[in-house]
Amino acid sequence: MELFHDPKIDWLGKKWYFLAFSLIFSVSGILSILFWHHLPLDVDFRGGTVVRVKFAAAPDADRIRSAIDKAGLKDARIQQPYGPAANNEVLVTLSRSATSESAIDQGRAAIVSSLTQNYASGGQNPGKIDLDNISGSALASWLEQNDPEHFGNSPDAETRYEAQANAVVHYRDAEHSGVIDSVDNLRGVVDPAVLTALQQNAWISGFSVRSVEIVGAQVGKVLQHQAELATLYSLAGMLVYLWFRFELIYGVAAVVACFHDTIITVGAFSLSNQEISLTVIAAILTLIGYSMNDTIVVFDRIRENLRLSRREPLADLVNRSINQTLSRTVLTSGLTFLTVLSLFVFGGEVLRGFSFALVVGILIGTYSSIAVAAPMLVAYQDWRSRRGRAATLPAAKKARV
Amino acid sequence: MKTNIRTRLIVIIAVLVVFVFGIFRVPHGLSGNALKQAILQNIHLGLDLKGGMHLILQVKVDEAISAETDTDVASIQSDLQRNGIVGATVSKPDPSRADFIQVTGVPADHASDVRSLLESSYSSRFDISPGVGNSWTLTMKPTVESDAKQRALDQAIEVIQSRTNTLGVSEPIIEPYQLGSYQILVELPGVDDLGRVKDVIQSTARLEAHEVMNDQPWPDRQSALQALGGVVPPDAELIQSVPGASSDGSLGEWYELKKIPVWAGTDVRDAQPGHNPNTGEPEVDFYLTNAAGDKFAAWTGANIGKSMAIVLDNRVQEVAIIKGQIRDQGNISGGGITEQRVKDLSMLLRTGALPASIDFLQETTVGPSLGADSIHQGVVASIVGMLAVMIFMLIYYKGAGINADLALFLNLVILLGFMGFSGATLTLPGIAGVILTIGMGVDSNVLIFERIREELRAGKSPSASVDQGFGHAWTTIVDTHVTTIVSAAILFIFGTGPVKGFAVTLTFGLLANLFTAVFVSRVIFDAHLSRKLHGEPISI
Repeated sequence: MELFHDPKIDWLGKKWYFLAFSLIFSVSGILSILFWHHLPLDVDFRGGTVVRVKFAAAPDADRIRSAIDKAGLKDARIQQPYGPAANNEVLVTLSRSATSESAIDQGRAAIVSSLTQNYASGGQNPGKIDLDNISGSALASWLEQNDPEHFGNSPDAETRYEAQANAVVHYRDAEHSGVIDSVDNLRGVVDPAVLTALQQNAWISGFSVRSVEIVGAQVGKVLQHQAELATLYSLAGMLVYLWFRFELIYGVAAVVACFHDTIITVGAFSLSNQEISLTVIAAILTLIGYSMNDTIVVFDRIRENLRLSRREPLADLVNRSINQTLSRTVLTSGLTFLTVLSLFVFGGEVLRGFSFALVVGILIGTYSSIAVAAPMLVAYQDWRSRRGRAATLPAAKKARV
Repeated sequence: MKTNIRTRLIVIIAVLVVFVFGIFRVPHGLSGNALKQAILQNIHLGLDLKGGMHLILQVKVDEAISAETDTDVASIQSDLQRNGIVGATVSKPDPSRADFIQVTGVPADHASDVRSLLESSYSSRFDISPGVGNSWTLTMKPTVESDAKQRALDQAIEVIQSRTNTLGVSEPIIEPYQLGSYQILVELPGVDDLGRVKDVIQSTARLEAHEVMNDQPWPDRQSALQALGGVVPPDAELIQSVPGASSDGSLGEWYELKKIPVWAGTDVRDAQPGHNPNTGEPEVDFYLTNAAGDKFAAWTGANIGKSMAIVLDNRVQEVAIIKGQIRDQGNISGGGITEQRVKDLSMLLRTGALPASIDFLQETTVGPSLGADSIHQGVVASIVGMLAVMIFMLIYYKGAGINADLALFLNLVILLGFMGFSGATLTLPGIAGVILTIGMGVDSNVLIFERIREELRAGKSPSASVDQGFGHAWTTIVDTHVTTIVSAAILFIFGTGPVKGFAVTLTFGLLANLFTAVFVSRVIFDAHLSRKLHGEPISI
């Protein structure tokens, strides 16, 4: 089976279309960064508090809103994250200014306690334990204190209650995503005596705090600085490697193409108003390395062909080189895209931004090695010959792939 | 040729066996559950998968400096006294500068004595410069100061380590956080009781005994200041008590205490939970070290009838009149102290005081349920991605597709085995790195196969085409791996926890890929070709 049999596409003839395409995407991204959504930064960089809460049933945003308003957290933002609605998750976000450096935990505590109060069925459950939010160790010591199985002072009481508590926690966290529908569901999970005790003294609040992220301003700033540095070093590292492998002009063309990819990927985050987190930066850095690959394959072929036929006009030669490598460029990117797509679809909420960056970036990266990097070489040579100098695209010293 | 292939096959099988061992070690059984257990035991999961807490703490090292200079002020005072120099005041005039001591009001006839005293005893740690009117300023030397700060950080790390150990956290990470100054990174896998852990880490647990300068406490700071004429004397401080610290059980009053403690946190040798023999209420019984005990005995013996205060973390816990000599024992009770608090407090005192208080700069908690979901989703995404790639390779390259799929599978085994051997941590982005390795790893096969096809089209024999294909694709494969690994290396250097995990799996995966896509794939081709007649076509 073959995807492309000896293609003869005039890539450089379409360079104005490519230019228009690249400009539309990068400029709209930049405009969005400047005037519309700006750069939506994740709590890692921006600082603040994010509490991820999962509800047993579809969450009622108004009810959560009013619960949180009552706690006096006026600037709290309540978002339903992307992903299937069946997840029943809600992100409650506090801005950095509401996250004080000296009492960093306050916001979280206020959110959790306001939810607990609101969901405590109007205070009908005083003194009962909440099976959705109790920790394993706390449940174990509660059992030990109440001793429903009447172990008395038996030496293995502690381990036996611990095992029961762990069974409940395992049922809840590992098998049911953190929320239990009803205490009765624990039948068969714990001993009957423990079940009876829980039925009498425990209740289900119907929500559970799945993760909390609190970042003070100081740490956020440092991380932001680090991310910027890392991106710059990455681009510089690629430039140096390509300089060493080819000549400077090849390196410059490849880095411009990479920069183009980075701008469009970041722009896509701004346009779709998705937050840029540490892992998104990791994805972008990986893209810088990966999208370099296709460019190298095309450049290698251009250089090899330059050595073989010096008479051919450069535009034709570049076209031919792109066509010769088209099949492998599309295949390699396509296969990587396949895995990344699987990550985007199945990888879950936490990795959404990361896989989104890769999905966009791999498409753009493949496009740019054909439509940005190679035409730049031709444009460079045109520019030089217009200024009356010889065409000096360096050829390979020996044949490459 | 045949024996050559055999040795290479043996190498491959040996590698396979070694890395499978790396993943599973010796499992307890071959059932799905036993194997799952074995994997979880050998491959360390990160906080984002296992659940747990990630904290960044700021040690307020200036407090440690301040404590040191407080001691210096006291010792300069007593030195001056011993040498019969009266009228001079030693103070720290600027509260924002912990490293700065001033000696003023020195009588003119003693000026040279003071200078020689300061220079003989304090010039190793302080820069001493004369000021106007027979005064001197002592500024702590920068090297001494940074040493002291570093010591405070190290001590804080040590104390937090022993505290988390008593909490029973397995495999905690407590180390200096390189991105900040005097900050600590704490990772506590599997911890779900946020409030308690924070309490345990953040408690300074600085237990001190102070002389009470004024037996009559004040109801608030305002009236205390008024009674003292607007300023707190330089050698004293005002400290609030916990409710019920004094005998009449009144609410948090303010005491004027002598600033320099009789003994301090580091002098506590042991602390145990106990009960008051008279009332049966819970209390913490603590014991002093020998040296501190001697000092305390001498001091209490000389101060019978005066009052003494036990201060914990800047709160007066108890005020008592000294009735006789006390050597090395004391207790903390009252204030409605609970059994749990008594247990925790004894532990805190045993593990020692923090040299300075601590702020939380960042705090990330991942609940175990989110971690479990993440693992599930990551595994599904990996399997779907891998199957999609494998099926595509089979359809597109037919016979050679089997070859690529075998290599890909071995690539995954080596990667996971390496994770098992190296003890590197698998994070959620790390799982993404595994998926990416599959996608990028198969690129090498594509590059080789495309080249082989090209050579075949040019009319070369199958074995020559295979030979050329591997030879020519090699440089491109190295290029692609180098660029990606450079990116991963930068990520490893700049990244934090989860992102580091991504860089690790991606790098390991791509390195393993060099072996599988180039070496293993070649051996499979050669083995296949060796069974064919010369010139018989291969399936690619």
